[in-house]
Amino acid sequence: MMNAHEPYAREVTINACKLCNPLGASLVFRGIEGAVPLLHGSQGCATYIRRYLISHFKEPVDIASSNFSESSTIFGGGANLKQALQNVISQYRPALIGIATTCLSETIGDDVRLILDEFKREYGAPGRPVLVTVSTPSYQGSHIDGFHDAVQAVIQQVASGGPKKSMVTIFPGMVSAADLRLLKEILIDFGLDFLMLPDYSETMDGVIWDTYQIIAPGGAPVSKIRAAGRSKAALQLGRCIRRQQNAAEYLAERFGVEGYTLGLPVGIKETDRLMQTLAILAGRDIPRKYQEERGRLIDAYVDAHKYLYGKKAAVYGEPDLVLGMASFLAEVGMVPAICATGSKSGKLAEELRKLLPESEEGMTEVAEGVDFEDIRMLIERVRPDVLIGNSKGYPLARQYGIPLIRVGFPIHDRIGGPRLLHMGYRGTQQLFDRIVNALIRARQDQSPIGWSYI
Amino acid sequence: MKVLDGRKKQVFRKGEAPFEFDCEKQSLAGSVSQRACVFCGSRVVLYPIADAVHLVHGPAGCAAYTWDIRGALSSGPELHRLSFSTDLREYEVIHGGEPKLYQALIQLIERYRPEAVFVYGTCIVGVIGDDLEAVCKKVSALKGIPVIPVHSEGFKGTKKDGYKAACAALMQLIGRGPTDGISKYSVNILGDYNLAGEIWIIKDYYRRMGVEVVAGITGDGRVKEIERAHGAALNLVQCSGSMNYLAKLMKEKYGIHSLQVSYFGIEDMAEALYGVARFFKDAEMMKRTQELVSGEIRAVYPKLLEYRKALAGKKAAVYVGGAFKAFSLVKALRLLGMETVVVGSQTGSKQDYALLKELCDDGTIIVDDSNPVELSHFIREKNVSLFIGGVKERPIAYKLGIGFCDHNHERKIALAGFVGMLNFAAEVYQSVMSPVWQFTPRYMQSETRGDVHDECSRTVCP
Repeated sequence: MMNAHEPYAREVTINACKLCNPLGASLVFRGIEGAVPLLHGSQGCATYIRRYLISHFKEPVDIASSNFSESSTIFGGGANLKQALQNVISQYRPALIGIATTCLSETIGDDVRLILDEFKREYGAPGRPVLVTVSTPSYQGSHIDGFHDAVQAVIQQVASGGPKKSMVTIFPGMVSAADLRLLKEILIDFGLDFLMLPDYSETMDGVIWDTYQIIAPGGAPVSKIRAAGRSKAALQLGRCIRRQQNAAEYLAERFGVEGYTLGLPVGIKETDRLMQTLAILAGRDIPRKYQEERGRLIDAYVDAHKYLYGKKAAVYGEPDLVLGMASFLAEVGMVPAICATGSKSGKLAEELRKLLPESEEGMTEVAEGVDFEDIRMLIERVRPDVLIGNSKGYPLARQYGIPLIRVGFPIHDRIGGPRLLHMGYRGTQQLFDRIVNALIRARQDQSPIGWSYI
Repeated sequence: MKVLDGRKKQVFRKGEAPFEFDCEKQSLAGSVSQRACVFCGSRVVLYPIADAVHLVHGPAGCAAYTWDIRGALSSGPELHRLSFSTDLREYEVIHGGEPKLYQALIQLIERYRPEAVFVYGTCIVGVIGDDLEAVCKKVSALKGIPVIPVHSEGFKGTKKDGYKAACAALMQLIGRGPTDGISKYSVNILGDYNLAGEIWIIKDYYRRMGVEVVAGITGDGRVKEIERAHGAALNLVQCSGSMNYLAKLMKEKYGIHSLQVSYFGIEDMAEALYGVARFFKDAEMMKRTQELVSGEIRAVYPKLLEYRKALAGKKAAVYVGGAFKAFSLVKALRLLGMETVVVGSQTGSKQDYALLKELCDDGTIIVDDSNPVELSHFIREKNVSLFIGGVKERPIAYKLGIGFCDHNHERKIALAGFVGMLNFAAEVYQSVMSPVWQFTPRYMQSETRGDVHDECSRTVCP
């Protein structure tokens, strides 16, 4: 049995290892072409989330707010929401507005759907953007729930059925902009017509501009989202996603789309599963380019295996990121000794059990719903050789003198967070090199001799 | 670009129309204001108090977004750099969060032994009706330290109301400590947050003048020092937006005079020292101050002139939280030969904007509570080489190929004091004169228009 770690009993969260739901939803809406996110709540929710996303992506991130006042809190936020929609339309001319609720509007019980129905009647159809609403109170779940719930809301509220097309729909989960670009490259190389939702690879990691773009170019086109029910297949990346959040499952049930649920393609085994699925869907072999990337990756695994065997890693972040990393670490001989997440998927331990070899049993501490104080206590006990996770683990890396391999979100203390590649053979290669070199460096720094070769 | 109807009176172009300016309003819904909320206002003001526990009573987000985000340094304890929250869940939203808050407080106090605790109310706490006051009182009596509720529910006004809530919380500390032994030449420093160690620079100047600093409120702040703040002879108020209210409360309760100061820029920094010397009417102190100021200026001025040679004639935009900061920036940029053509703030008052109007040249755009659509338009229209703002303004500048300086909470470079002016000039220079702009579309367009570029003058400074 793997050790399922219970957070120790205390009522206070110390350095949370999670963010709030509307952040995840905002990121999804930013991955739709011509879309503007709008948070129904206090001004601060939008501003804090903007600031947090900007510090990672280093791009303009406009998120509107319905800007509650004391009277809207007492009498309901309907008037504010309608005014906000009106002003967003007049400033941005968006194709879609994604409305996410907040703790405040949820607690006072605003019926957003009803308000939107009223707004639609009052505004009329001409020039009206698509309106999508998602419930994201942060007292239920965390940012990753907000992310998956928003994807599901977009599909449920926008997609329709009809005769099947050749299109494949892929739900990549909360991954980096570079990961999204790689996935698109892979789909194109397989010759597949596709919808990827969300796609913030350009909107959140774009080129320099000559004139200011009030909505960043790029993103999943609304027309393709409309056609999602006519896809021939839908792929959800992420094994820890709850069934009701799994958009591929929804498309399968509602429109009879062929649905697949795969893990984040980190490491050879999980990437193989994705490539094989795509090969079947495209009806062709895996392109030579990827076979070569795979071959080089295995070659590197062999070259460096002695530096990694038995080394212990502490991995933290969203459940599926942790799962993907753990699966990869195990296949290169490392021990994912701590697998921690601030979220509560309830599935991480079970999915780890399926992916990790039996020999790893008893060597992995799985901890869901924890904060960085819980993770600190696990580190104290396990003494890992390397930390793998976002920037918020840096204080622990510094305190314990353990190298930190930055992955996921947020990367606030380095340049290039959106350009970090984690997925596919290529992303695994980069990750692998970074981990091996961090371990070699730690040994080199501690060595009294200071070899200049390895 | 069309300014939204509800915001037309918050944008003014000097020289064009009679000055009818609106400000201190709730942000317009849907306008994508750069402001945050009441909670943010309270949190930024109290944040630097390093030996207090800052507990956010609410869901995880509000605490997570404010974890270790300011460059506010401490010379000792660093409790302020941790993020504590009650992480309210659905159960508490339905049944109330008071028991959880009580337990959290007890656990935190037993573990960290803080000098005081600040408990921040967030939006849902205001709705579910937890009695913060009662829980704080109970824990305070039990544990024997101040446990102070901060009424910072996000929806109850603007960021400025958050400053007021923080000041009200500080008033609960001030007056608790002994005042014996405090010099008659003594001050409190209000509204400096010790970003990048700035309050240490300022304290050193006052020490050399012979002035005792009783409390930094709240830069490098300590509970015990703030408790003695009522013993100081004078309050020095920087960052008018956040701290004027505290100065007013202290004047009413303790009769302490206050002086508006700014530590930014040569002129304002010198005046911040001279003003204190004048207040204490001590000839010796005035002499020491003059020596200090002239010595400091001598040390930085030649280098500043070099920067000025390179930067003269360039245009800048300024959009910051408080308007008082904007005054100093306009003046400091002028010292570098640069003209401010767009200037605005999130929280300025009517008097602030009237002053800004006086300070700026004709054609300058003055703006209150602006947003990305407006700001991006104004900086392009005015063709600025530099934008000074905070994290949310940075990508607007960078995306358009414009230099940028952070003048907000996260910066790691001290900009206060005479040495700070030199740091500021160096940062402006390094950003404006960087060769990277040559690759940006903005530069290439201006090149085809035949504008003069001057990176060749880069040789001026290392």
